[in-house]
Amino acid sequence: MEGIYFDNNATTRVDPAVVEAMLPYFTEQFGNPSSMHSFGNKVGLAIKKARMQVQELLGAEHDSEIIFTSCGTESDSTALLSALKAQPERKEIITTTVEHPAILTLCAYLEKEGYKVHYLKVDGKGRLDLDEYKKLLSEQTAVVSVMWANNETGTFFPVVEMAELANAAGAMFHTDAVQAVGKVPLNLKDTKIDMLSVSGHKLHAPKGIGVLYLKRGTRFRPLLRGGHQERGRRAGTENTTSIVGLGKAAEMALEAMTFENTEVARLRDKLEAAILAKVPRSFVTGNPDNRLPNTSNIAFEFIEGEAILLLLNKFGIAASSGSACTSGSLEPSHVMRAMGIPYTAAHGTVRFSLSRYSTEAEVDRVIAVVPEIIAQLRKLSPYWEGDGPAAEPEKAFAPTYA
Amino acid sequence: MWDYSDKVKEHFFQPRNAGVLADANGVGDVGSISCGDALRLMLKVEPDTDIILDAHFQTFGCGSAIASSSALTEMIKGKTLDEALKVSNQDIADYLDGLPPEKMHCSVMGREALQAAVANYRGEVWSDDHEEGALICKCFAIDAVLIEDTIRANELCSVEDVTNYTKAGGGCSSCHEGIEEILAKVMAERGESFKPGTPAKEEAKPVGMTNLQRIRKIEAVLEMVRPQLKRDGGDIELVDVDGKTIYVNMTGACAGCQMEALTLQGIQQKLMEELKEFIKIVPTKAGALSRATCHP
Repeated sequence: MEGIYFDNNATTRVDPAVVEAMLPYFTEQFGNPSSMHSFGNKVGLAIKKARMQVQELLGAEHDSEIIFTSCGTESDSTALLSALKAQPERKEIITTTVEHPAILTLCAYLEKEGYKVHYLKVDGKGRLDLDEYKKLLSEQTAVVSVMWANNETGTFFPVVEMAELANAAGAMFHTDAVQAVGKVPLNLKDTKIDMLSVSGHKLHAPKGIGVLYLKRGTRFRPLLRGGHQERGRRAGTENTTSIVGLGKAAEMALEAMTFENTEVARLRDKLEAAILAKVPRSFVTGNPDNRLPNTSNIAFEFIEGEAILLLLNKFGIAASSGSACTSGSLEPSHVMRAMGIPYTAAHGTVRFSLSRYSTEAEVDRVIAVVPEIIAQLRKLSPYWEGDGPAAEPEKAFAPTYA
Repeated sequence: MWDYSDKVKEHFFQPRNAGVLADANGVGDVGSISCGDALRLMLKVEPDTDIILDAHFQTFGCGSAIASSSALTEMIKGKTLDEALKVSNQDIADYLDGLPPEKMHCSVMGREALQAAVANYRGEVWSDDHEEGALICKCFAIDAVLIEDTIRANELCSVEDVTNYTKAGGGCSSCHEGIEEILAKVMAERGESFKPGTPAKEEAKPVGMTNLQRIRKIEAVLEMVRPQLKRDGGDIELVDVDGKTIYVNMTGACAGCQMEALTLQGIQQKLMEELKEFIKIVPTKAGALSRATCHP
């Protein structure tokens, strides 16, 4: 069997139909869309088509609200920095403790630059407290940036409602929706969301292409200045092949929307239920009642995630973990810590993220393999004795220096 | 995915001496649950001879933590306690054919578990004196705590100083922003502010080494690596020594080899260890070292 790829929140395979749509733009359609001659003209039309395909997926009112960028991170940075530049009198940002580093690292930098950043906390299931949010919104708030769906747990935030509240306070609202786009039906024209980030490679388009949705009328200051590309809002010659690819991928995502929310969700649910039934001391993190249809994040207590991934990889199964070791940092996932998951479980979290290419046979295989891997590692764990955790595990093993 | 050696993988997939050792008479529990790596080392020591008859481990941790634990137990079995205590963390890493810089702390943990277990056997109290910070310099595996302490102890005020004292920042240089941040923080403690462009401190001449001795030492290091280069059909010659810069000529198969930059970095590392100072090795024919990149 070919490898089983259950790490689609990290990145997805490029759909063969997407590759096919892109290929002519490497060869015969190589022109610069800005050129007057016929070499460029057809490329310009292809970009126009892609823009409309993305517009449709996002439910945007105008195709000119779609700005092509190089990635989700560029879209995030552009959005936040623009909001601050455009409203110099407002010095505060509201975001959450569980955002992607594309937002959190930028916010840490902006704090050094003198901005005040408020981080909304989450509860044990990764949910926000909207009362806390309402209290923080003020005339000082330049922008609110809250992710649509969490990349680790898949948990949704009520961004549509939060955008209304921001709008009422005169603040801009941005959402990093890289995990949600293509999996959640969107109708941005009926929302107060001002800016939204998309990443192509999360929805079967290639890496290196992203979108910033910018609602018409939202004050904007470009990150990259130069040529007139993207109506002067993102200078730099267009990544034509990838834009065409993203257009095709957006069209296909729209067609597969129901499938993602029924069949993919069914496979995910089957996988999760079977693992929880077979593996003692394991639990789902985040909010299983309100999350992406493809994501399941399971904590396996008393073992460490990187070791789980290495063993899964031996069986050809790809997933990811919130352990410190997988990222080379000194702390487990900030998302798990924010939800108050204890260290002995946070390091052992594994994220399975499916796609519309995942099959029942793959799910069955993972269900068969995971319990023995977990048992094998627990045999090595100082917190584990025989068939269960040591009595009072935290006391049974309390190593020096913490 | 980490670039683990085959030896690391082998010790992870088939760990030796895993599980509880029922009649252990020396136990060391070390590690940090917040970092996600912790280890219990169990020793069975023969009281008359102090020989380690058996060693087992239980580890909560990643692939390299489990492999380091497994390697450690293999290395110390049959040794006396005093012999075993001579095993350094570098020995553990070498036994495993190396560890990625982010994972060197796994071997440190192994070494500390050993100290803790021996102390436990001898009825002593072992206390850890090591604090680990976030990894700053990936080329030389230097963490924030070491950099901070060194800046504080020596009143350093430039990135170059930090590189001279700790090696941090002496490789690919991508961590210079991080080092500047630490400098700014520690300098603020002593009421100074960090200014980019501050010249490095006068470098103290290595104590007790004349220029001649220094050059001889450099040649001795090159002599040490020569057999390895010759095996691959190449060679190296010393061209000149100018302060901290050592000029060499790569010849034979080494000249223009794709691995030249890596080879030179390895030699540079050895030279720094032997000379106990920060030096730069420069190939005279091609700018090979400038092509060197730092892949952790």
